Amino acid sequence: MLDVQLIRKNFPVLGQMVYKKPLVYFDNGATTQKPKQVIETLTNLYAEQNSSVHRAVHYLSSQITERYEAARMVVKDFIHAEKMQEVIFTAGTTASINLLAFSFGEAFINPDDEILISEMEHHSNIVPWQLLAKRKGAKLKVIPINEMGELRMDKLEKLLNGKTKLLALTHVSNAIGTINPVKEIIQKAHAKNIPVLLDGAQAIQHGNVDVHDLDCDFYAFSGHKVYGPNGIGVLYGKEKWLEKMPPYQGGGDMISSVSFENTTFADLPLKFEAGTANYPAAIALAEGLNYVSSIGRSDIAVYEKKLLTYATEKFERIDGLKIYGNSPDKISTISFLLEGIHPQDIGLVLDKLGIAVRSGNHCAQPLMKSFGIEGTVRASLCFYNTEEEIDLLCEGLEKIKQMFA
Amino acid sequence: MTINEAQDEIIEEFQIFDDWMDRYNYLIDLSKDLEPYNPKYRTNAYLIEGCQSKVWLYAEMDGALIHFSADTDAIITKGIVALLIRVLSGHTPEEIKDSDLYFIEKIGLKDNLSPTRANGLLSMLKQMKLFGLAYYAKQQKN
Repeated sequence: MLDVQLIRKNFPVLGQMVYKKPLVYFDNGATTQKPKQVIETLTNLYAEQNSSVHRAVHYLSSQITERYEAARMVVKDFIHAEKMQEVIFTAGTTASINLLAFSFGEAFINPDDEILISEMEHHSNIVPWQLLAKRKGAKLKVIPINEMGELRMDKLEKLLNGKTKLLALTHVSNAIGTINPVKEIIQKAHAKNIPVLLDGAQAIQHGNVDVHDLDCDFYAFSGHKVYGPNGIGVLYGKEKWLEKMPPYQGGGDMISSVSFENTTFADLPLKFEAGTANYPAAIALAEGLNYVSSIGRSDIAVYEKKLLTYATEKFERIDGLKIYGNSPDKISTISFLLEGIHPQDIGLVLDKLGIAVRSGNHCAQPLMKSFGIEGTVRASLCFYNTEEEIDLLCEGLEKIKQMFA
Repeated sequence: MTINEAQDEIIEEFQIFDDWMDRYNYLIDLSKDLEPYNPKYRTNAYLIEGCQSKVWLYAEMDGALIHFSADTDAIITKGIVALLIRVLSGHTPEEIKDSDLYFIEKIGLKDNLSPTRANGLLSMLKQMKLFGLAYYAKQQKN
């Protein structure tokens, strides 16, 4: 059982008042707040240890290189990868997917090939593939969803065909919270020799992610959504794929030797880490992941499920409130609308009540279109949120209903 | 009433509110008073698309003065739109292009017009001034 009040003390941001009201932070899907451990790691690192990684023989540089590679080890263990060289540090999920779209695309995508995505993707898992498809004369195919906000598994078989070269699928929907049956889907794809990328941006912070057990070929996530700092992310890739992919960006750190005639590249993972690495963020991310592990990912999942159930039951008692995304498998993210009230109006008034939610299309315009709406209000909860905060949200929604009646 | 007189009047009206809910309630009231928008102009050609709320804006010359009308799908935005129209509509192109809209900040709605909010309001204000500039340029030519 989590001691949420104790946990909350560990997040300096959460204790503040906004507009004279205690802050209720329900925008964790956009970014999570940072525990003291992460903030202090960043500050201390700049104050005491700063020096560029992989460059010099001096004391500070070797210390920081050790910590950077130790951070890679923490990530490897966190996602249950087999090898260090399968963990590439990037700037975030978007950077990870763009890296893959370029490098995998260069190596494996030809005219008329198909790349399969789903209707519930974040724009970050649509646009890089669209750009690749245009570059290579390939086609983008889309798995549709049902009215519950779940993938149409009956359509999957046909969409996974001889032309499909990659399935790029979100593990969890950022806009409506659906957890996709990814293990089953990966098995289906692998039966046809199709590799799978999972966009884990909304999954990594809500439960155990085991890339070995899932057997996914690639997994992408962002540090700042899993209690780590901004500007750092991860692309996990099976060594057999990464070895065959050309580098994405050229520069320092990713080379073995350079002449004007030719360059030989560094081994994995550095081949994909051009330029000075964001080592402070990588090291602080490891602190964030260690913090999550210390709370316990199973306990987090149980507590968040309880929050989701509580919020869903309370929401269902509010007249005129409609929840979008009703899969039984969901993270603690609830997308909703109040009948006849624009989501922006809801977001603006909640803000002044001290409640931070997201209103809009959540970078998932095709998904919103499939529901026939332009946007929703999204409350994305995590383990430092409480039932009392959900009560405050519900009171706010009742107030809004009166105001806009 | 000059543009600045209208602005000062609005600032005075908002002075009695010390609570955000009162301010928003007043904007909701104002949204109801907005002159009905001709559905003929509720098309993409008149749409100022923002990230969250849609705003349609129509401008025409009425003698020497520009007359604005607008509509939007969100109510608080509509209240602010009503204020912008109250201040700028019925003035000459030159007055509109040279106007300095200080009332927005004074009544605490600057956040709603900041570029990060991307709600179409800032684009609407720019568009209103552009109409002023365009009609002014046309007048100078004639």
